[in-house]
Amino acid sequence: MATNTTEATSHAADAAQVVEESAGMPQLDFSSWGNQIFWLVVTLVVIYLVLSRVALPRIAAVLADRQGTITNDIATAEELKKKAGEAEEAYNKALADARAEAQRIVAETKAEMAEELAEATRHADVQISAKAAESEKAISEIRAGALEAVKTVAADTAAEIVAALGSKADADVVNAAVETELKG
Amino acid sequence: MASEAPSEAHGAEDGGLVFHPMDQFIVKPLFGDSEIGVFTITNVTLWMGLAILAVIGIMVLGTRKRAIVPGRGQSIAELAYGFIYKMVEDVAGKDGVKYFPYIMTLFMFIVCANFLGLLPMAFTTTSHIAVTAILAMAVFLTVTILGFALHGFGFLKLFWISAAPLPLRPILALIEVISYFVRPVSHSIRLAGNMMAGHAVIKVFAAFAAVTVISPFSIVAITAIYALETLVSFIQAYVFAILTCVYLKDALHPHH
Repeated sequence: MATNTTEATSHAADAAQVVEESAGMPQLDFSSWGNQIFWLVVTLVVIYLVLSRVALPRIAAVLADRQGTITNDIATAEELKKKAGEAEEAYNKALADARAEAQRIVAETKAEMAEELAEATRHADVQISAKAAESEKAISEIRAGALEAVKTVAADTAAEIVAALGSKADADVVNAAVETELKG
Repeated sequence: MASEAPSEAHGAEDGGLVFHPMDQFIVKPLFGDSEIGVFTITNVTLWMGLAILAVIGIMVLGTRKRAIVPGRGQSIAELAYGFIYKMVEDVAGKDGVKYFPYIMTLFMFIVCANFLGLLPMAFTTTSHIAVTAILAMAVFLTVTILGFALHGFGFLKLFWISAAPLPLRPILALIEVISYFVRPVSHSIRLAGNMMAGHAVIKVFAAFAAVTVISPFSIVAITAIYALETLVSFIQAYVFAILTCVYLKDALHPHH
């Protein structure tokens, strides 16, 4: 065949060569069909057995497993979500309770303090008024004492002045005069 | 084969190229030069065996951990499973699901054989009409027998389109019958043809790569076609499987 090709010089010969080569399609060589068909049947039977006995049930099981796992996981997730919601609710409730309690305590304390304050004020007021009355009394006493002293001093002074002028002063007269003057 | 290399180089010089795009499809014995009998171990045996190993690798070894959160290998197996399962369910209906292992077998074999065929020096088992014809005939016969077994002669209503006006029905029935019997032919030739054509075109471009001037173009073209062939490998397996589902639907529900 090789020598045949090297000797072929014209294109026509080449074309003929190509045609000749292509004409012998191995696909149409029926002598090999029996062999191919036999091995094809063997192959298909083996593949069928492998797939139907091992591979396909296994993959089906894996897929079903996965579906089950996914369904389970979704259910679990939903449950957890519900639980989280409940927990949040409980937390919010506790928070509100605590807030109310705090407010109650604040109000209570405020009332208590106001009461204490009022009590203290009242107490202080009483004390202050007592002190004021006492002071007033002392002041009036002092004032009375001072008036008496002025009277005495005035009488004495008058008596002395009278004596200095050379006449004897009658104590009663002087006193009466001082009384009169003071009343004014 | 060895004697072709110098001749190709020489041929490039004097403007003559030698193409052997079909040589890759030749069925030959792995051991010795004996005639190919039915039980001879050939390259068909080798590449179909590799397809079995690939299926085991993807579907069995990949899933051996049975992980709830799948790794890469397991994801591929689950993806393949889900892909075909959904296809059977959507196309053939709920009652088609019990035929899922058969369709999965067809799909996994075709997809693995197609991809293995893309390896350099590989032999593409699905590029042979012998293989695809058996696959298509198996589907055709199964579906036909199943149709008659489930519905008796009611299966023939498949060809009698009650939605069409009465005078048209015989003509439509004739067309339907013809199209029904053409199914296995198109079903098999579509797959084998696609696989063969792509591989042959890659081989042709590979031969052109021997010519210095066009070799860069040739190599780019090989790359592009290889990418296309990767896509075609998957799509043809998908098409084969989905058509099987469609035929199965006809057998399960012959009433339009």
